[in-house]
Amino acid sequence: MKIILVALGLLLGANFSDAGDFAQKADRVSKVDVLNFDELEPMLCPERAGEETMVVNFFATWCQPCVKEMPYFLELYEEYREEGLRFIIVSLDFPQHLESRLLPFIEENNIEVEVYLLDDTRQNYWIPKVSEDWSGSIPATIVCNGEVRKFYEREFHNTGELKEVVDPLLFN
Amino acid sequence: MIKNLLQLSLLSAALMFFSFADPAIESTGGDGLSIGDVAPDFSLKNVDGNYVSMSDYEDANGFIIIFSCNHCPFVVAYEDRYNELHEKYAPRGWHLIAINPNDPVVVPEDSFENMQERAREKRFKFPYVFDDGQRIFPKYGATRTPHVFLLDSDRVVHYIGAIDDNHRDADQVEEKYLENAISAIERGERPNPAETRAIGCTIKVQE
Repeated sequence: MKIILVALGLLLGANFSDAGDFAQKADRVSKVDVLNFDELEPMLCPERAGEETMVVNFFATWCQPCVKEMPYFLELYEEYREEGLRFIIVSLDFPQHLESRLLPFIEENNIEVEVYLLDDTRQNYWIPKVSEDWSGSIPATIVCNGEVRKFYEREFHNTGELKEVVDPLLFN
Repeated sequence: MIKNLLQLSLLSAALMFFSFADPAIESTGGDGLSIGDVAPDFSLKNVDGNYVSMSDYEDANGFIIIFSCNHCPFVVAYEDRYNELHEKYAPRGWHLIAINPNDPVVVPEDSFENMQERAREKRFKFPYVFDDGQRIFPKYGATRTPHVFLLDSDRVVHYIGAIDDNHRDADQVEEKYLENAISAIERGERPNPAETRAIGCTIKVQE
């Protein structure tokens, strides 16, 4: 038991030995705003017509296919950020799991894009506002540019599949 | 080109007209059940080893079919309400049947053995059956767990959606969609809303 504690201490020590690293972490952590839908809505595909292409991914750490497809979104973003692609993540994790699950997931995957935790039980109100076509299962993704708004209630299996839906909007 | 465009817009105008004129046209897409459709019966293995069909219930007023599972946090948030619904409505002739549509190869937690364990733990008093081979859920058009289909005694669909409007806290519920739908049918009225949407876990199939 002692050995485990010592090992844990070493690990924690190693993690937080660098003050800069710690500050960076705190900074990243602060990126998760907990919002209700009315607060979130203005951030979903604001209609600045034709100016930027945006990908919004609805996800949760408890959702296996969501976790599986996240690396493809991050890869896509890495490749297209220079082209002006915006990517935001909307988490449907339960608010009480913000610190125990969502933040560790963000850390582990080095996620540096905006992440919002949507804390709003009025699902029958906001699901149709996201898309009339959405039955409510996740993963779900919006790809938009100005007034063009495409909705996908499905899992993406590789970056290529994502490019198929993003390219027509980004390189129009 | 212009002629083509014209034809296209005429065609889409016609399509729009038809889809607004008769909602039933939209429901024939093979994507599962809509309000007013007759749901197919099934014969699925219950956690007690017996097979369950709706036709087993001779005096039923209707059925509360819930596509459910073991692993999904939204199911976990709701499943304590299953027994309450069963206890309240079975005496009134409304029978709750929970169906696990997930492929345990994809989610081992949703295996038949784990269903048995969950039913024991939670003391489920209603059938919790396994859609082995995943033949039933596509016929219903279930997309997630939990996903409720309320049927009358002729298996006509009257309500599709969520149990109520607060998954997190049963005490904070403002609208009991499912219970209101049952009451409406009992009064000879149509449920309003007849469909609601809710977040849930996708039904797991092999790729």
